[in-house]
Amino acid sequence: MWNYLIRRSFYGVLVLLGVNLFTFMLFFTVNTPDDMARLNIGGKRVTQEQIVKWKVERGYDKPLYWNGAAEGKKQVTDTVFWDRSVSLLALDFGRSDSTSATDIGHEIKTRMGVSLQLAVPLFLLQIVVSVAFALLLVFFKHSRIDFWGVVACVLMLSISALFYIIVGQYLFSRVFHLVPISGFESGWDAVRFLVLPVILSLLSRLGSEGRLYRAMFLEELGRDYVRTARAKGLSEPKVLFSHVLRNALIPILTSAGSYLPFVFLGSLVFESFFGIPGLGAYVIEAITGQDFAIVRSMVFVGSLIYIASYIVIDVAYTWVDPRVRLA
Amino acid sequence: MMPKLVILWSDVVVIATLVLLLLYTFRVRASKNRRATWMQVVRDPAALCSAVVLVLFFAVAVVDSLHFRRALSDAPGASAQQRQAYATRTESLLDVLLARQLAGRETSYSAPLAIRAFTKDSVEVAGATERIYPRLLYGGKSLRDDAEWAGDVLQRAVLGLASGLALALVVAAAVALVLARLRADSFASAWRAIVHNQTDLPLRAALLTVLALCVVFGPLFSLAQNYHVFGTDRTGNDVFYQALKSIRTAFVIGTLSTIATLPLAVGLGLVAGYLRGWVDEVVQYLYTLLSSIPNVLLIAACVLMMQVFIDTHPDLFETGAERADVRLFLLCVILGLTGWATLCRLLRAETMKLCALDYVQAANAFGVRTGRIMTRHIFPNVVHLIIITTVLDFSALILYEAVLSYVGVGVDPSMNSFGGMINLARTEMSRDPLVWWSFAAAFTFMVTLVLAANLFADGVRDAFDPRARSFRPRLHKGAAA
Repeated sequence: MWNYLIRRSFYGVLVLLGVNLFTFMLFFTVNTPDDMARLNIGGKRVTQEQIVKWKVERGYDKPLYWNGAAEGKKQVTDTVFWDRSVSLLALDFGRSDSTSATDIGHEIKTRMGVSLQLAVPLFLLQIVVSVAFALLLVFFKHSRIDFWGVVACVLMLSISALFYIIVGQYLFSRVFHLVPISGFESGWDAVRFLVLPVILSLLSRLGSEGRLYRAMFLEELGRDYVRTARAKGLSEPKVLFSHVLRNALIPILTSAGSYLPFVFLGSLVFESFFGIPGLGAYVIEAITGQDFAIVRSMVFVGSLIYIASYIVIDVAYTWVDPRVRLA
Repeated sequence: MMPKLVILWSDVVVIATLVLLLLYTFRVRASKNRRATWMQVVRDPAALCSAVVLVLFFAVAVVDSLHFRRALSDAPGASAQQRQAYATRTESLLDVLLARQLAGRETSYSAPLAIRAFTKDSVEVAGATERIYPRLLYGGKSLRDDAEWAGDVLQRAVLGLASGLALALVVAAAVALVLARLRADSFASAWRAIVHNQTDLPLRAALLTVLALCVVFGPLFSLAQNYHVFGTDRTGNDVFYQALKSIRTAFVIGTLSTIATLPLAVGLGLVAGYLRGWVDEVVQYLYTLLSSIPNVLLIAACVLMMQVFIDTHPDLFETGAERADVRLFLLCVILGLTGWATLCRLLRAETMKLCALDYVQAANAFGVRTGRIMTRHIFPNVVHLIIITTVLDFSALILYEAVLSYVGVGVDPSMNSFGGMINLARTEMSRDPLVWWSFAAAFTFMVTLVLAANLFADGVRDAFDPRARSFRPRLHKGAAA
């Protein structure tokens, strides 16, 4: 297993290098730093001096990959690529492009904590609620509950998450005044602000998740061990809960695991709608403010978390199913 | 004077989709197997009904994809050799059909079917300035008195309903007539078969869908002749018009993005699965790399870069519509180029499975060239996976567009789209009194479209993937699924 983990980590580093190179080329070769400066300064008449000043302030005036003017090691290190891309590997994100030029690394650290407060309860509840709903449908299969449950699932997954948010905010905050519309406070006060986004997020994904898990359970129900369990006289709840559920853990883990990166990265839409200052909202701010440095850093952080989560999920497989051996 | 035809990039896509669909229909008709599978799709009542809805929506998208620019009349004294000038605005055939909605621009919000504005304004009445709800310029234009409103609305609604019912009846009669001809039977017995649901295809359900659509859209169009059926938005534009225009955007995103994934996904998937070795390693590395970047971030990064390019090269585009269209086109291409990993992974695994089968080994032993094996022997056997993924992705992409527009990396703000409508509705929902109609219109149209697409996709998946069929919910045990 350690062998496997080391190999996977090595491959992960390789992928990260690729991601790094890819984003750098995307951001600096498709458009020159001059284009970015012009867009960032804005306005119709942008003078050359302004552009030069903008680039010098952010260190984009250096050569991109190779500094022929410098000497020795500096030929490689005194470039935009080294400053802005290689340094990411050491988790040194530098400063953002905007005029306030905040430290991106510090922002990411504080905001990830906020994102986690929303995403961890959501992640756990999501699994429990979806699995419970799917089990209910499977338990009553070939009945009205199952049929209309699946119809409801299809209907729910046809509705954009944005609709859930807008209607939910309107109903619970404006009509019933149960929770504040948006905002955030630290500590236990945060709960008030987090209840609604968690519930709405649960609802918006229940349709697709419920249907997916239902299919997984039905597939497990067709297996031989279920017939054996029934043949030896186990009751249906017993079959479902102690046999099928345990065996369905692997596909559940795969599907739930794909959300694991977002536990750390936060949800773009929910955070910005509810004014929660997490990483998702940070990304949206960066996109609307056209702050390329933040977007670049977040692409890197995102893929780092992605790669790490997949390794974690692989390890979790061995824990869920002892037959799985990582080699 | 002839208008100048404008062929936008996305027009090509919509028209090409139409042509390809027609061509594919002919191919399906020619092959017994394909016909059997597709017949299974349309035998599913839900799939057939949603197909009816999708065809209607697609028709709107096609009509909205025929663009032109009107010729401007010559300035007096202009010589004949002078170049003909064209209007700067690009119109589509749909704009001509909805000319009233396009021209009837109010000053601000107005509720559905209203004849007075939603907010008070200072208006000069008989010499004195008063704060009243001013009369709309176009909503209820033909009315002389406010009191006529109820009667006029009722009359128009009934008229629309009647014509809708008549249209539905005509369609039903036509279907029955065709069925009678096919069965070499009388019209009456064909009609009875439809009513009692004894036809091979679930025609009754399909005709009921047609009836429902006619009943809804008949009064809508009838009322739209004199009112803003879904009200107007902040700048006074007709919401009904916006919703209809958004359909095309949704269709282009749904189809073009999936089409754009195909070359890379199919090409690389087959090559990696068949050749294995270092090619496989490279392809695997590529899709691991791509899928390890969170999707929205990757798309946002690409779209931002595209925006910089478009902004710094304004001279490349003749009109605003062209610029918005190029943005839509490139957005779809970006969605395609960033989204091929899943299908590629699927196709690679399937190809590896197929390679071990006897017929591929036999072809290999006979000395068939590698390229030919892949195109003639492997590709036809993975087509079902491509079809399933394509139809399943369609609805997901329409939903995705709304999120992307919200994030700020969606289509051009000047282009009508469901995402844009929801985005505006967000601020409207926090107004007091509530402005709900934009939101409701976007919701209704979008849910109808996505739901139809989802149900159709389910039908297609069930027909092409027998394993999925067993997961269908059934009301009665033993009933044919």
